Amino acid sequence: MDIGRAALRRLWLPAAVAAPAAFLALFFAYPLAAIVARGLTQGGSLSVPRSALVGEETLRILWFTTWQAALSTALTLAAGLPLAWVVGRFDFRGRSLVLAGVLVPFVLPTLVVAAAFSSLLPDRLDHSVWAILLAHAFFNVAVVVRVVGGYWAELGSAIPDAAAVLGAGRLRRLREVTLPLLAPALAAAASLTFLFCFTSFGVILVLGGPRAATLETEIYNQAARLFDLRTAAALSLLQLTAVAAIVLVTGRLEGRLVGRQRASRPGALRRPAGKQWVAVGAVLVLSVAALGLPVGSLVVRSLSTADGIGFDYYLALGRETSVLLVTPLQAALNSLLFAAAATALALVVGGLLAVALARRRPSWLDGLVLLPLGASAVMLGFGFVIAFDEPPLDLRASVVLVPIVQALVAAPFVVRILAPALRAVEARLRDAAAVLGASPHRVWREIDLPLALRAAGVAAGFAFAVALGEFGATVFVAQADRPTLPVAIFRFLGRPGVQNQGVAAVLAVVLALLTIAAAVVSERGGVRRSVRPSAL
Amino acid sequence: MSPRAALLHATLLALLVAGCGGNKQASEPTHVVLVTHDSFAVSKPVKAAFERQTGLKLRILETGDAGIALNRALLTKGNPEGDVFFGLDNNLLSRALDEGLFEPYAPKALAAVPDRYELDPEHRVVPIDHGEVCLNTDKGWFAERGIEPPGSIDDLTDARYRGLLVVESPATSTPGLAFLLATVARYGEPRWKDFWRKLRANDVLVVDGWEQAYTVQFSGAGGSTGKRPIVVSYASSPPAEVIFAGKALEEAPTAVVADSCFRQVELAGILRGAKNESGARKLIDFLLSEAFQADVPMQMFVFPVRDGVELPDAFRKFAVVPGRPLELDPERIGANRDRWVREWTSVVLR
Repeated sequence: MDIGRAALRRLWLPAAVAAPAAFLALFFAYPLAAIVARGLTQGGSLSVPRSALVGEETLRILWFTTWQAALSTALTLAAGLPLAWVVGRFDFRGRSLVLAGVLVPFVLPTLVVAAAFSSLLPDRLDHSVWAILLAHAFFNVAVVVRVVGGYWAELGSAIPDAAAVLGAGRLRRLREVTLPLLAPALAAAASLTFLFCFTSFGVILVLGGPRAATLETEIYNQAARLFDLRTAAALSLLQLTAVAAIVLVTGRLEGRLVGRQRASRPGALRRPAGKQWVAVGAVLVLSVAALGLPVGSLVVRSLSTADGIGFDYYLALGRETSVLLVTPLQAALNSLLFAAAATALALVVGGLLAVALARRRPSWLDGLVLLPLGASAVMLGFGFVIAFDEPPLDLRASVVLVPIVQALVAAPFVVRILAPALRAVEARLRDAAAVLGASPHRVWREIDLPLALRAAGVAAGFAFAVALGEFGATVFVAQADRPTLPVAIFRFLGRPGVQNQGVAAVLAVVLALLTIAAAVVSERGGVRRSVRPSAL
Repeated sequence: MSPRAALLHATLLALLVAGCGGNKQASEPTHVVLVTHDSFAVSKPVKAAFERQTGLKLRILETGDAGIALNRALLTKGNPEGDVFFGLDNNLLSRALDEGLFEPYAPKALAAVPDRYELDPEHRVVPIDHGEVCLNTDKGWFAERGIEPPGSIDDLTDARYRGLLVVESPATSTPGLAFLLATVARYGEPRWKDFWRKLRANDVLVVDGWEQAYTVQFSGAGGSTGKRPIVVSYASSPPAEVIFAGKALEEAPTAVVADSCFRQVELAGILRGAKNESGARKLIDFLLSEAFQADVPMQMFVFPVRDGVELPDAFRKFAVVPGRPLELDPERIGANRDRWVREWTSVVLR
C-alpha cells in the first residue's frame, strides 16, 4: 500500500469521529451546559446548592427513582422472556410482525399511552406503584424481546441439544446451559431497561399521581413549574452522573455479549413441533393481548362516535379546528417530513460513529452514545432557547431544530444497531479473503457492503419510528404552525369535548400504524437472519 | 420587460435589499411576533384582517404551556423570542413584573374594559380575556342517583360527596393552583388548611394535571370512563362539551358550581427588547379590538374582557359567567404562592 493511501486511512478515522462529535457537542453538550451554568450561576460565580444535592427530599426522590427502576426492570424481564424465547427459538408465520409490533409501545409517546393504560387499570391499582411498574414493563418489553430474543436466535440450539443428548433434564438444561449462555444478553437488556425506567417521565406523571416523583419529573417540576432553575440544574447534574454510570455499565456488559456472540454459529430457527405449539401459542396470545389492550382501547376510542361506531373522527382529520393552527392531517404530514429528515441526520451521525466504534472491540464507549437519552428534555429544551439565541446561530425560530432534536434521540439507536453488524462484517471480511483468496475489495463490494446496507435499513426504520414518536424535546422546538403528530395528540387531549378526545385517539392510532409500517419495512430489509441485529 | 422578467427583477432586488439590510435591520419591519402558550388560537379571517390593516405579517410562537411559556420569556429576557407576550395570568403576574419583563403601554381600548380586570396600574400588562376555574359536576351521575349536586365549595366536605371529587395538584397544574387559591380566598388563613384536611378525609383524589383529572377521572367528560362526578375545571367546559359533542345536544351534560369559581385574567404585554415595538403596540391594540375579543370564546374557550362584546350562542346558553367569583390580590398571591403550595403539599399529600 502506498504512503498516500495509508495517510488517507489514518486521517479518515479522526474525520469520521469528528463530524458526529461536533454535532453532539453543538446540539447536546453546549445547550445543556448553557442552561445548567445559567441555573448554577449566582452573583457571577458558579455554585452547586448542597441542599439540592444531598437534601432529604432529593435523597427520597433518588431512592424512589432507583428502586422503582430496579423493580420495573425485574418485571419487564419476567414479562418479556417468554416472548423472547418464542422469537429466539422458533420460526412461524408472523414472526417479523411480532418483532415489529413490540416496538409500538416502545416508541408511542408515553403520555398518550399512559392515559389509555390508566383507563384500563382497576381503581385499586391506579396511582399505585404497581401502575408504574406495569406500564414500564409494557413500554420496555420490546427491549427484552429484541435484545434477548435476537441473541437467542443467533446462539442456536446446538449446545442445549448436546446437553440433552448427554442426559441433562429440561430444568437442568435451562439452569446450567441456557441461562448462562444468555446471561450477557439478559444483562444488556436489563441495564437498558433500567436506564429507560430510571429516566421515565410520562408514565410517572400520568400513572404515579402527585406523590410519585423521579429525578426526571422533579427536574421538570422545578424548572417548569416552580421556576427554580438552580435546583433543576443541580438535579440535572445528579441525573446525568447517574445515567453516565448506568450507560458505562451497559457498555461493559454488552462488550461481553458481542465477544461471545462471534464464537457461536448463526442458529437455525425451527418451527415449533408437538407440544411446543401449545406453549408458543399461549405465550403469543397472552403477550399480544397484554401489549395490544392499551393500543386496542385507543382504536376503540377512535371509532366510538356520538352515534355508535363510525369513522367520523377519521374524517375530521382534514378539517380546521381551534386546537391547532393547521389541520390534524397536516400535522401527520409534518411528522413524516421531520422524521425523514431526522432519520437522514441520525444515519449520518450514528453511522459515522458506528463505523468508528466498529473498529474497536465493544467497550464502555458503546454505552456512552446512549447519554443523550438520559438528559432531561425540559432542560435540553430550555438550553436550546438560551444557547442558540444570537447570530450566527439564532435557531430559535427555525424549523431545523425539530429534526435535530429528533436525530439526537434516534442516533444512539442507529449506533447500537449498526456497530455490532459492522463488527461482524469486518470479521467476515478477513475470514473470507483469507480462505477464498478473493481480493478484499471484491468481498467487501459483493458481500459486506450489501450486508451493512441491510443493517442500515433496519437502523433507518428504527430511527424513523423513534423520531416519529419523539415528544419530550420536540414539543419545545416545534413551531405552532408546524406541529408534529405527538404534539397534535397532546393538544387535542388537552381540550374538553368528546370530539377532541376522539381526534386525539385517531392521531394516536395513525402514529401506531406508521410505527408498525416503519418497523415491518425495516425488518424486511434485514431479512437475512445472520445480519439481523440483535440489539435494539 | 415581460411580466415574468419584471417579477424576477423585483425578487432579485428584494433579495439584494434583504441581504444588505441584514445587519442594519431594515427600517420597516415586515412582521410582528406573538409569543404565547399552546392554548392560544385565533381564527384565520380575524388574523388576516390584522395583517391587512397593518401590513404586518403575524407570526405566532407557541412556546409551551402557560408556565413554560413564561419561564422561557424570563430566560430570554432582554433578547426576547418575539415582540408581544400573551398568556400571563394573575397567579403568575407578580413574577413577571418583578423581573421587569415588559414595556408599559396603555392602549386606547382599555376604556372599554371594566376596571376589575386591570391588574397593573402601570400598564406593563393589559387584560385580554378572563376564564373562571370552577367545580364541574356530571349532571347525569347525580340525576341517576337522586343526589343533589354540591352547591358550593363548603359542601365538598359533606359525607354525601365522599370519594366523588378529583382535583389537580396546585404544584403542577394551573387550574389546580387556582382552586387552591379559591379555598384560600374562601376560608382565609389558616382555615383553608382545615378545609383541605377534611377534604382529604373525604377521599379527594389528587392528580397531576387537567388532562388526567378531566378526561380520565371525571365521569362527565364526553367519552370518559372516569368514575368521579365532580372535578376542578373551567366555567367554559360545559359549552365545550356541547360544541365538541359530535351531535346536537339540548343541554350540556355537565354543570358549573357557580359559587366555586376563581377568576383568572389573562394578560399581554410588550416584551422589553422587542425588535418591532410599533408593531407590538398595534398587536396589543388588535388583541383588545372587538374582532379579536369576539373571536376569543370559540377559539380559546375563555371570555372577552371588553364590555359589550356579544357571546356566541353556545356560551350564552350553556356557560355560567359567575357574578361574583372568588379573587385574591395578585401581589398577595405572588408573596405567598410558594408557601401555600408547600403547605398544601404537606397537608394533602404527605
